[in-house]
Amino acid sequence: MILLLELFLQFTLLALVAFGGASALLPEIHRVVVDQHHWINDATFMQLFAIAQAAPGPNVLIVSLVGWEIAGVPGAVVATLGMCLPMSLVISLMMPVWNRMEGKTWQQAVQFGVAPLAVGLVLSSGFLIGQSSQQGGSGIALVVLSTALARYTALHPLWLIALGGVCGGLGWV
Amino acid sequence: MTDVSTPPSLRQLFTGFSRVGLSGFGGVLPWARRMLVEEERWLSAQEFNTLLGMCQFLPGPNVVNLAVCVGSRYHGGKGAWSAALGLMLGPFLIAMLLGLLYDLYGQLPQIQSVLRGVSLVGAGLLIATGWKMARNLKFPRITLPFTLLGFIGVAILRWPLPLVMLGLASLCIAWIYRTLQAQAARGETS
Repeated sequence: MILLLELFLQFTLLALVAFGGASALLPEIHRVVVDQHHWINDATFMQLFAIAQAAPGPNVLIVSLVGWEIAGVPGAVVATLGMCLPMSLVISLMMPVWNRMEGKTWQQAVQFGVAPLAVGLVLSSGFLIGQSSQQGGSGIALVVLSTALARYTALHPLWLIALGGVCGGLGWV
Repeated sequence: MTDVSTPPSLRQLFTGFSRVGLSGFGGVLPWARRMLVEEERWLSAQEFNTLLGMCQFLPGPNVVNLAVCVGSRYHGGKGAWSAALGLMLGPFLIAMLLGLLYDLYGQLPQIQSVLRGVSLVGAGLLIATGWKMARNLKFPRITLPFTLLGFIGVAILRWPLPLVMLGLASLCIAWIYRTLQAQAARGETS
């Protein structure tokens, strides 16, 4: 019970700084659940991320999987709610205000000013996941290859995920 | 204008967003746009951009935020719950099933190698996403250095995120505010 409450509060706090969505939050989730609370280890975190990538649905499912690993189905429910609920409430209150402020200078400044940090966070997520998954040159090569394919081709992400699974299964990376 | 169709019922909100959640691999945002703007026409393209702008700048999962926005617009709190539950429920159940399988078979070395391959590709997908986002930044000469500083703070120095966001975001917002004001002033005098 204490653990569930702690999970809920922890993910509520995480949600409040989740600028750029769940993908941007991976380094902070890792810092909290692996380094700070030792709820799961680094390898498990990386593998849960892989599962979330391969499953359909919003990126926030990584939070559900982390919750599941820590405290089963109740943990998953509590972590997901902690992540989604607070901002949903804020948003339903803020929506009318936001629409009225459309076009104001400070609103534009906030919108443009938060975006570059969201970019930095998404890049950090990729960097940290790559760092904890790779075991040498071929791993780095796969990260670089999939970055290039995702950036310069219109290939569906599922193909890339399949490619990763095959490379891993054959022991190439 | 008849650009936007009749308002959806609670059930339609639920099923519409279920479709979005279950078809989205590696990010559901493009699917959300297709459903909302092109298929069901609950929002015009312009409305979609405005709502998305708000949902992306606010913290929290962007697509869940978007579902809450659309749902509450038509049916208040009930609509918000219908849309958000529709989006999350199917994928959540699938994730739980995969979590169960992971607990049963995750220790097998073959499974671990496959998952390592997938997460390496996942890292690549994230970097490519960040790269694409960076190309759409407004005022790149002001903002890109903040992207770099944020990256160094979070990825290299491993500083806590709230600290980094509070410091850098407020600085960046203030800088852009001044630039916008200066632009407006120039526009008025000319």
